[in-house]
Amino acid sequence: MTEMPASDRLTRIRYPVLWNRLTAIVEEQARSLIKTAFSETVSEAGDLSAGVFDTRGRMVAQAVTGTPGHVNSMAAAVGYFLEKFPAAGMKPGDHFITNDPWLSSGHLHDITVVSPAFHRNELVALFACTCHQVDIGGLGQCPDGRSIYEEGLFIPIMRLAREGVFNEDLFEIVRANVRQPDPVEGDIRSYATCNQLGERRLAAMLDEYGDVRFDALADFILERSRDAMQDAIRALPDGTYRNTLTLDGIDRPVILDAALTIDGERIVIDFDGSSPASAYGVNLVMNYTLAYTAFGVRAAVAPEIPNNAGSLAPVEVRAPLGSILNVEKPRPVSARHIIGQFLPDVVLGCLAKVPGLEVPAEGAACLWGIQVRGGPEIGAAPGMNRDSDAAAFDLLSFNSGGSGARPAVDGLSATAFPSGVRALPVEAIETRAPVVVWRKELRPDSGGAGKYRGGLGQTVEMGTRDGAPFALFAMYDRVENPARGRNGGADGAAGAVATAGGSPLRPKGRQIVGAGDRVRVDLPGGGGHGDPHDRPVEAVAADIAEGYVSAEAARHRYGVEIGDDGAVVR
Amino acid sequence: MTVPSLLHTEYERVMQKDSGQGGGGAADPGGWRMGVDIGGTFTDIALEHGDGRFHSAKLLTTGAEPARAVLDGVAAACKAAGIGLAEIGRIIHGTTLATNAVIERRGAETLFVTTEGFRDVLEMGSESRFEQYDLNIVKPQPLVRRARRLTVRERIDVNGAALIPLDEASVGPVLDAIAAEGIESVAIGLLHSYANPAHERRLRELILAAHPELPVSLSCEVSPEMREYQRFSTTVANAYVQPAVAAYLGRLKQALADDGFAGALMVMLSNGGLGTVDTAIRFPVRLIESGPAGGAIYAAAVARQTGAAKAVSFDMGGTTAKICLIDDGRPQSARDFEVDRAYRFKRGSGLPLRIPVVEMVEIGAGGGSLCSVDGLGRIAVGPRSAGSDPGPACYARGGTGATVTDADVVLGRIDPAGFAGGAMRLDPAAAERTLGADVGAPLDLDTATAALGVAEMVDENMANAAREHAVEHGKDFDGRTLIAFGGCAPLHAARVADKLGIDRIVVPRGAGVGSAIGFLRAPVAFEVARSLYQQLESLDGTAVAALLADMRDEAASFVETAAGRAPERVSYAAFMRYRGQSHEIMVPLPDAPPDSRDRNPWSEAVADAYAAAYRRQYGPPIDGVPLEFVAWTVRAECRAQDTTRPLEDPEEPASPEIAARRIVDTSAGTPLAAAVFDRDRLHSGQTVAGPAVIVEAQTSTIVPPGYTLSCDPFGSLTLERTAEEQ
Repeated sequence: MTEMPASDRLTRIRYPVLWNRLTAIVEEQARSLIKTAFSETVSEAGDLSAGVFDTRGRMVAQAVTGTPGHVNSMAAAVGYFLEKFPAAGMKPGDHFITNDPWLSSGHLHDITVVSPAFHRNELVALFACTCHQVDIGGLGQCPDGRSIYEEGLFIPIMRLAREGVFNEDLFEIVRANVRQPDPVEGDIRSYATCNQLGERRLAAMLDEYGDVRFDALADFILERSRDAMQDAIRALPDGTYRNTLTLDGIDRPVILDAALTIDGERIVIDFDGSSPASAYGVNLVMNYTLAYTAFGVRAAVAPEIPNNAGSLAPVEVRAPLGSILNVEKPRPVSARHIIGQFLPDVVLGCLAKVPGLEVPAEGAACLWGIQVRGGPEIGAAPGMNRDSDAAAFDLLSFNSGGSGARPAVDGLSATAFPSGVRALPVEAIETRAPVVVWRKELRPDSGGAGKYRGGLGQTVEMGTRDGAPFALFAMYDRVENPARGRNGGADGAAGAVATAGGSPLRPKGRQIVGAGDRVRVDLPGGGGHGDPHDRPVEAVAADIAEGYVSAEAARHRYGVEIGDDGAVVR
Repeated sequence: MTVPSLLHTEYERVMQKDSGQGGGGAADPGGWRMGVDIGGTFTDIALEHGDGRFHSAKLLTTGAEPARAVLDGVAAACKAAGIGLAEIGRIIHGTTLATNAVIERRGAETLFVTTEGFRDVLEMGSESRFEQYDLNIVKPQPLVRRARRLTVRERIDVNGAALIPLDEASVGPVLDAIAAEGIESVAIGLLHSYANPAHERRLRELILAAHPELPVSLSCEVSPEMREYQRFSTTVANAYVQPAVAAYLGRLKQALADDGFAGALMVMLSNGGLGTVDTAIRFPVRLIESGPAGGAIYAAAVARQTGAAKAVSFDMGGTTAKICLIDDGRPQSARDFEVDRAYRFKRGSGLPLRIPVVEMVEIGAGGGSLCSVDGLGRIAVGPRSAGSDPGPACYARGGTGATVTDADVVLGRIDPAGFAGGAMRLDPAAAERTLGADVGAPLDLDTATAALGVAEMVDENMANAAREHAVEHGKDFDGRTLIAFGGCAPLHAARVADKLGIDRIVVPRGAGVGSAIGFLRAPVAFEVARSLYQQLESLDGTAVAALLADMRDEAASFVETAAGRAPERVSYAAFMRYRGQSHEIMVPLPDAPPDSRDRNPWSEAVADAYAAAYRRQYGPPIDGVPLEFVAWTVRAECRAQDTTRPLEDPEEPASPEIAARRIVDTSAGTPLAAAVFDRDRLHSGQTVAGPAVIVEAQTSTIVPPGYTLSCDPFGSLTLERTAEEQ
């Protein structure tokens, strides 16, 4: 038995234990947000992130409930807070806030709150959370704005509370600018509450382990994570791997061009060659580009390593200033997720070319939320005299298309990727707003054919209960450019947007669905993986029996026939 | 090696000096009562007389034919007690049959009928991934595949109005499919049926008219609450397990009768209450997790007995650990549960069930949990388990991976010669070898430190799960007593308590068959939950009063049928939130019916109760935001009484100290000399200062330095922290 100093031995087993504790603390912070939030985007859909940072602004642990666009941009945002409000000046009970797209997560709808955490009167860490608001004033979330000024209320990094006393002036301004002031105010207060919960739990941990310093624990976690990430990258062959993805865009296609270079223990993704900034609100700030790009790398290369400043460090992302992936103020950015959620597909396309690495086919990627507004701004139901009698509502439900087939498994049908959000129950949607969801069902034949089939998209139909006209804020892509298959797999089905009455709708932008009509969206399917003719006949037969694939598609795409006797043959 | 089917029977002699807790009442015949718990690995029997005599038996579960182990065990326990089955007044049964049918997907051929346009609710679920970074996750398969999910034309809106009346012509294909495909049960789930059940009921009439014998489950009866995925999933699970549960309970009832049993056969439900066999057949989904619920009831009885107003049960067995909060002698209850979490017990990777359950958290941490070192140099424990076959390396039955039990052997907590009462000899060299190879070598640590690391990590994981569980319910651990049972809990309880800031631990008697004993302590209880949206400021008091009265009648009739008398206690609660929030808090309601008048005492009491609950759970209440009601529950129960009598002290007080051994102190990481005591030789009032080990056939209790142990008249061991550690 080799003896080493007891304290050293104990530290080596104790730090990993405390790492688990920190993860539990940020999970608890996130659970508390979900339970107390007023916005259904947070409480039902889980569109949020929560994490703990060291006093230098490095993210040490995050709740895995978060959505990557938030988490990784929040990771960068805390540094900006510290630039404006240095750690030395922070006091217990202080909270700071912003929704500056360039400093936090890319559009005004995401509010970030950062709170210092003290232990025995010493600043030891920072807790932060970022959550999505359905309405932040302005036009409403859509790509129609031509500048950030049209997109809503802009809150620079500022104090939300000073030593426990909230900045009520700020709440006055927020209330005056948003369409649903009560829930927005309630939400912002709940963000501060959840950060304080984190502070209490961290203090209890430091009380329990009197000799542990948070800074030293953070160093340990970040070094371990960075080293493991570097090891994972080193295992891949050096080289530069390119991929281009074309998206619908608004007035013209958007090209995302990437060169991914594996250089020893680093990965650099350079988006030089991508489209210039758009005149519409589908532009990304650098923080957001970094967030989704890094997520793609981390998920494909080292999914088991926790996401923190250490594991993110070996991933460098570059995008030319002025490109759609790195715009400057005052470019509009409201619907940036339409482009941003494709970045993991771009990265996976690069990594697919790395010898020895197998990755999924492309998927629907971008969420197909149905964001609608009704009430006096839009018009009253037929037969009603006055628009002002119409009940005002803003609603955002998240719906997802099919994910790409994996190297050894079919794609996931109607499942969010890369976003981490959940769909709202139909019964909850109808409780929250005077709408009726008439249909929400898988979309047969939408999964790309392959040895492994792409996930199916879905069809959703929604109208108002009283037949009043309503505004649809469309934010959809892959209508012109379906998800591409991989290794011989076929493309998934493209998406479609129309009214139930059959009038086509634009895939992007605010438009009115007339009295008595409904909106109908057909969500894209995921791409297939591998040659469809290599899919076992039994698997195709099962797909036909379950109605995932029609008999006709089975014949055309898989070369499988159903005989008169019901037998399935190729 | 062959394992005897009857592992052991146990007999405890009690004194007859106290009869203060008798009384009984109609629900509790004073004679013999038996608890029978079929678990995944073991079938446990607890047999108890009103005068305090107690016997137990433990057998391996007989998978294909679970009734066999039950009948064998019943016979063995009766033989030990010297009685016949006819002398037993009541048998209370809990079984994993329903759980296993779901987990192993061995249920009935079930057809699901739903609203047109919503065929895939069961498959789409929440449209999310339960694991963010893993690109290859596979989602749980719905219990009913797509070809067996049919739709009918109808639509009810959020207020219960029929937007589209039920089109009876669209039901034809459903009837045809039932006939053509050998369907054994049907589940019906229509949108908003909790608000208006008319279409579901009419559909059932139409189906029964064509197929009168077919079991049909309606979502408006099984789980009449908003959120279609949860409601449909629960209803389908009910239909899926119904034929198997009905057949099994019917056979068991008959077989027991054939053996001479003439008393009442009752069933343990997931909510920790007892129900009749008929209730179980109608709502078999309410049998899921009834075994663990029995464990919580057992712990609650121990909490009452030891005067612990706030407690937490800690049940650590071979594969999992279960933790449950117990306030005022009652376990925490909830309405949501997830069965068959397929991915590391992760939230979202199982099938949601919305039924009244004893709320507990279960994680993959047990004696058999396998240990390794991950790519980041962190010790990882579980959730994969070596189970009981091959078991930990030290069992020397072919297990090659290091487990928590191996770490406990290395740390000196388990005596290799005394395991399972000496029935099984452990191989400490194998424990050291595998632990050194799997954990020590990758971290360049000596074996003892590696074992310490394993213990620290598994204890931390359990403490984290407990903390997360507590915060979800707005509870903390201040002043709680940890009640430790199951084979591994007493080995780990002290360190877990440290991590939770708990100063008092109780290790009760009979912990090896805790769930079966819990069945004997369970009340006859039934809960009814329904959705009815209301706002506090514009409450329709008449409608709410009528709803609550209706629910009370329903719950009371279940209880009355089972207990043979009216419920002694009916409690009302509402699920409330601030207008605009999505998640509710359960708030107890006054017994008096609500009142529609503005600012009346009922409303004020409810608003105050909500504010208090919100503050406890989250923080300061928010002034000025209106309160709304989403759902209502009524629970009716007839209490069971705690019949345990004090134990007789050993007749010839031999010295309980039987040996000394070295154990590793968890906080300092250094070896200590610990005295070893035989639990059976401790007598009431005796105290032992740590470090010490108390051994018994089933487990060992570790008393660390700084703790003092005392033995109470019921044989429970209480550890109390007497000095600050560190």
